[in-house]
Amino acid sequence: MPTKIEKDAISGTQTTGHEWDGIGELDTPLPRWWLYTFYACIVFSAVYVLFYPALPIRGATGITGFIAREAIVEDLRAQQARMEPMLARIRTASPTEIAASPELRSFAMAGGRIAFANNCASCHGAGGQGAAGGFPSLADDDWIWGGTHDAIRHTVLHGIRAGESDEERVSMMPRFLADGVLNLAQINDTTEYVLGLANRSTDAAAHGRGEVLYAENCAACHGERGEGNRDVGAPRLSDQVWLFGADKAAIARYIGNPRMNVMPAWGPRLDAAVVNMLAIYVHALGGGEAE
Amino acid sequence: MGTSLYAARQQVYPKAVSGPVRRAKWAMLILCLALYYITPWLRWDRGPHAPGQAVLVDIEHGRLLFFFFEIWPQEVYFLVGLLVLGAVGLFAATSLFGRVWCGFACPQTVWTDLFMWVERRIQGDRNERMRLDRAPWHAEKIRKKALTHIAWLIIAAATGGAWVLYFRDAPTVSVEILTGAASLEVYFFFALFTTTTYVLAGWAREQVCTYMCPWPRFQAAMLDENSLVVSYRDWRGEPRGKLKAEGVGDCVDCRACVNVCPTGIDIPDGQQLECIGCGLCIDACDDIMTKLDRPKGLIAFETLANIAASTAATRGMVPSPARDAHGMTARQTTRFVRPRTILYAAMLGLVVAVMLGAWLLRETTTLAVIRDRAPLFVALSDGGVRNGFTLKIANKLRSTDVLTLTLHADAPLQLLVQDAVAAGPDAWHVTTRADGITQWRALVTMPVGQHLAASIPVTFRLTDPAGRVVMQARSVFLGPGG
Repeated sequence: MPTKIEKDAISGTQTTGHEWDGIGELDTPLPRWWLYTFYACIVFSAVYVLFYPALPIRGATGITGFIAREAIVEDLRAQQARMEPMLARIRTASPTEIAASPELRSFAMAGGRIAFANNCASCHGAGGQGAAGGFPSLADDDWIWGGTHDAIRHTVLHGIRAGESDEERVSMMPRFLADGVLNLAQINDTTEYVLGLANRSTDAAAHGRGEVLYAENCAACHGERGEGNRDVGAPRLSDQVWLFGADKAAIARYIGNPRMNVMPAWGPRLDAAVVNMLAIYVHALGGGEAE
Repeated sequence: MGTSLYAARQQVYPKAVSGPVRRAKWAMLILCLALYYITPWLRWDRGPHAPGQAVLVDIEHGRLLFFFFEIWPQEVYFLVGLLVLGAVGLFAATSLFGRVWCGFACPQTVWTDLFMWVERRIQGDRNERMRLDRAPWHAEKIRKKALTHIAWLIIAAATGGAWVLYFRDAPTVSVEILTGAASLEVYFFFALFTTTTYVLAGWAREQVCTYMCPWPRFQAAMLDENSLVVSYRDWRGEPRGKLKAEGVGDCVDCRACVNVCPTGIDIPDGQQLECIGCGLCIDACDDIMTKLDRPKGLIAFETLANIAASTAATRGMVPSPARDAHGMTARQTTRFVRPRTILYAAMLGLVVAVMLGAWLLRETTTLAVIRDRAPLFVALSDGGVRNGFTLKIANKLRSTDVLTLTLHADAPLQLLVQDAVAAGPDAWHVTTRADGITQWRALVTMPVGQHLAASIPVTFRLTDPAGRVVMQARSVFLGPGG
């Protein structure tokens, strides 16, 4: 409560009238130019609101028609135009040609990284590590459909079992238990034989019984020694990488009732240049194979 | 009540003055402006494809160039060190000599002084300027005022606008500015600094020091009774009176000190916030004292301790030459070595030592290893395990180099570097980029059949062709364990 507004004897300035333990406060006037600067800022903000769509109204534009969203769209278009010469070269080149050119390759790696994060990472993981439940790792050296630049490009372009392209990757493993081809005991014996392909069998008797079953039912696609066949998308069974789990129960479950996962065809969804960049990027994740 | 909440500015009309302080100020003005103006034109050979400007803030490429000194954005602590050095230096100077920075070397003071000189050449000295401002507008007034502002703007453009020369190649950008070929960005900053120079030195002047600058707010904390500050020796001057009057001190109340003050204050009122310590009042007063045949130094760079000592010694004495002499003999030699100044000197030394150490220990090639987090490791089809690493090699020299990258660990790990040339088993040639960073992807594989700890420490090592270790960086190799 200002009680004692008085003139300060030394400075000749009036006090605010507030006093704290005998310490008063001078009511020193502000410089006038400060006031004018303040007014100028108010005028500036008013003009700013007129030119920029600052009012929270749908479809509000500045008086010159400026819309922030359109400015961003325009910026993106300019960026795209700037990259277009490079993208045009990548679009028409084969992945092998791109990989051989340091200039194209470094562009494709940068673009592929973004495209992978936008389109692939949700299933295959941020680093291409894959995920449980049948999303394969792209960083290892095990490929169901091939790990060369061209094979990766084909898979990305046409997809797997998605029914979106005539050239898609298709394979179909029979449901040996669900369709009554094998009974539970036979599934167990076959599983034991499959484990033996990678020296993991623990039941010699079952393994012996399984050999015949494997030859009759599995070898046609997966090969005599479980070496797999990329032409029909039959995975190698003699290695240590198992898409749906490596333990005996998981393998038996899969033989009995396999799951045929699907990958969309990206050809209809992405620019051909982006597909090529993805092929380069995925190949470089660690598992890429020579042509 | 009654007084306005806002005060109009009192126009200050500083009178021309001559004397040793004024000469020192001219010398500082010429020195500061010359340093500022000539520096961007100095050349320094860094080889082809490198900027040839000795002092350049290369925003585009993220480099700060200062003669042999060249720093990257991540080494901004060198710049911080320079600023700390500047701040502590300012504290030290202030505790010794008061606000000498404000009075002599501050850009605001230097440019304001220059602008006042121009104003004086065109419109005349204090009285003529006051008369001109009071007079109604007529042709001569318009001519003089217009001429002043045009001259100010030209100086502002040629000096303040020259700030852009520090950020672009000076000879190139000055030709571009003059021929209209410079970028909008350059013109924007050129116009911005021209405007601020014109407004701050032509119009705002002492108000920058009084209202805007933070330094006067806390400079009192660096001052003490042993600092040399511009002081009025009131023990000698008071009581003031006419020249011929009896029983009065040396001050004849001529107001010469007030008339020359660039901030328009009355120094006999004592220490005050607005005083920038320029000492022009000393010249003005000495001039009057010489004319009156009295000793100089009624206003002088003097410590508050000495003022107090002289006041005590002359208490009760009647104004006379004897009082003057007695007061002067009571003064002590100024103590420059005090705990405060020792502390500032120690801080200066410490910062210099730290910066020198950092500079001498600075690596021109650095290796950063970033291990993959997703996935932490990759299980291979044969049962082996692989880890991915991203290596970044920064080369701060302006020449390229072929270095050999090897991996060292207590395990038979195999190293593969994508896009690098093999230099032998598990050794790879990597080419550095001149003044740039190269990025490499390394795949490290633990073959199947090896005992695999959950975490194996590894060291990536870069060696030069002579086999010397240039740089090494540690990381870990991770596996499923067991």
